[in-house]
Amino acid sequence: MTEQKKTREPLFHLVKRINVPAWQAWAIRGGAIVGGFLLIGILIYAFLGIFPTDAYRYMFEGAFGSQYRVMVLLRDLAILLLFALAVTPAFKMKFWNIGAEGQVLMGAYCCMVCLYYLGGKINNVVLIFIALACAILGGAIWAVIPALFKAKWNTNETLFTLMMNYVSVRIIEYTIKVWVPGGTGVLPTMHYGNLPTIAGENFWFSIIVALVLTAVMYTYLRFSKHGYEITVVGESENTARYIGINVKKVIIRTLILSGIICGVTGFLLVSGINHSLTSESAGGRGFTAILVSWLAKFNPVGMIFTSLLVVFLSAGTDEIMTKGGITTSFFSQVVTGLMFLLIIGCEFFINYKIVFRHHAEAPKTPIGTGSTTAETALTASEDASADAAKEENV
Amino acid sequence: MIVPFLSEALKLSAAFLYGSTGEIVIEKSGHLNLGIPGVMSVGGAVGCVTVYYLLKAKIYSTFLLLFLPLLTTIVAGGLMGLLYSFMTVTLRANQNVTGLALTSLGVGLAGYIMTQKGEAALIVGKTSKIFASLFQIQSENWFVKIFLSHGLLFYLAIIIAIVTQIVLNRTRVGLHLRAVGENPATADSAGINVTAYRYIATIIGSAIAAIGGHFTIMEYMGGNWEYILEGFGWLSVALVIFTVWRPALSILGSVIFGGLYIAAAYINVSFAQTELIKTIPYVITIIVLIITSIVGSKKAQPPASLGMNYFREER
Repeated sequence: MTEQKKTREPLFHLVKRINVPAWQAWAIRGGAIVGGFLLIGILIYAFLGIFPTDAYRYMFEGAFGSQYRVMVLLRDLAILLLFALAVTPAFKMKFWNIGAEGQVLMGAYCCMVCLYYLGGKINNVVLIFIALACAILGGAIWAVIPALFKAKWNTNETLFTLMMNYVSVRIIEYTIKVWVPGGTGVLPTMHYGNLPTIAGENFWFSIIVALVLTAVMYTYLRFSKHGYEITVVGESENTARYIGINVKKVIIRTLILSGIICGVTGFLLVSGINHSLTSESAGGRGFTAILVSWLAKFNPVGMIFTSLLVVFLSAGTDEIMTKGGITTSFFSQVVTGLMFLLIIGCEFFINYKIVFRHHAEAPKTPIGTGSTTAETALTASEDASADAAKEENV
Repeated sequence: MIVPFLSEALKLSAAFLYGSTGEIVIEKSGHLNLGIPGVMSVGGAVGCVTVYYLLKAKIYSTFLLLFLPLLTTIVAGGLMGLLYSFMTVTLRANQNVTGLALTSLGVGLAGYIMTQKGEAALIVGKTSKIFASLFQIQSENWFVKIFLSHGLLFYLAIIIAIVTQIVLNRTRVGLHLRAVGENPATADSAGINVTAYRYIATIIGSAIAAIGGHFTIMEYMGGNWEYILEGFGWLSVALVIFTVWRPALSILGSVIFGGLYIAAAYINVSFAQTELIKTIPYVITIIVLIITSIVGSKKAQPPASLGMNYFREER
């Protein structure tokens, strides 16, 4: 008996799953989202005493209740999607750029500087193009600085980009205080350099740009040589070097691209939507976008849906709060955080299989043997794609 | 002028010291916990609400008012750490994403608790004197003013930092923890329980950081709730790099950060220029980050497997 105990086998062990079919992965994720909504229903009942069925109805009303609300939802979706598109190429390369917040703010800031100093002095159309160019330059510079150091000296990009966020916030606060000394400390609305409105609404422009960029980014990542290089660098830098990819060049090039999209987003925030600027203009979306992009497995089309989930949750919970007589946006932050943790956690069940002791003897066959092409594996899961990419390259 | 400034800088430094000591313990185990701002916010809110309920129940015992909130804060922080390590160690979720979700959750939770218990902050304000005055020595002597005019939690921060430094560098447990953070596969084959070390280090580290939130609200803010903890959390993460993962250096580093944070109120600058002074901590952190990566000195590097999860069967 004691002899047997010495070679004790654990109750269960984990086996990595390879080539999980896409439908199965999405079924697990869908289950996590449904579970998240159930949990939110319970929480709202516990804290506010609103019955879950009512809560879900309020959520829908809050998000889609009127034409105006749908428009606001679409606008928020477009902006969040733009943030997510900006961080995606870098993330796919495993460059942890958590500085989209600061990059967008710098884009918005450079745009604002143009509007402030040139507004009314030159032709409005020319002004818009100059502002756009400056915004792109601002975003790109803010993104490329950490990339240069990462490429040259392998400086930790996560912490670098995080610090850059706060530097940009302070620069904006400083400038606003110089422009508006004393008083409210709020920049007045700009009358020059605003994007044209479509059908009387000022945010159609952002929605269209977001859709176009989604399509462009999808094509770029999926079908271009650059996109392929990004994937390889992300999966294995050594493999990339071995097949002759200039890793440093790819890192810098990709971050410039990220920065350009951030700049465009900042430009749209100022010229297209707010016509003003505060240090809160990005509103934490640089961080949320990371989750949005990651949940969609860096697939730009998938990000439309993950962004929708986030803006729906936030609009929906805000509505519930209003109905419950509470006017803070904190609860929506809690709900979003919980939902994310659940979805992040469910990835475990996609990537790993729990094998119990008495099954250990049985031959292990991957659950999904139906689809073995690298194509489906790439969309199936990040880790599966790692293996697939290695197979492609070697 | 210089004495009140140093005294105030030292007082504030404890907030950053708690946060950075906690994060150092966590990072030494190989976890890059970006949830620290959330942990500190929750710590501050839970401590504040505990004091509120104690007062509501008409309990005025100094001992209970000091230690029960501290205990709930530690438990709350520990639970956040447990959630984080469950996600990253057991479920092997991505550390950056988990940390950011935890920050969103924690900041939201703290904000929600405090808006619901808005009256808590008003009552608690008076109690904060207990925190500030228990070990305080009233004197005009400059030395006493700078170093000895603080509350209990201030001294606790320094003690924790020193103990952490000793444990990390002079004990077997510390050696094992560093091994886990540097190379979990090697540590595992040497018989060190990687899972246990990562769990426990993250829970302890989060609990320490949560006390930082409690300190900030009760002692530094004098019991007034303000939404500054998220910013303090990020500054603490910055401080970890600034002090190249050494808690003892953090004591000095946190005073520098504290001084820079309040410097604007003491020197003659315009309203706008105060913003530029607040930029300095972030800029010097970036510079330190760059220098450590260029120099490549072995003693000043982040733990080698920082941010990476360990899966035994993946070798």
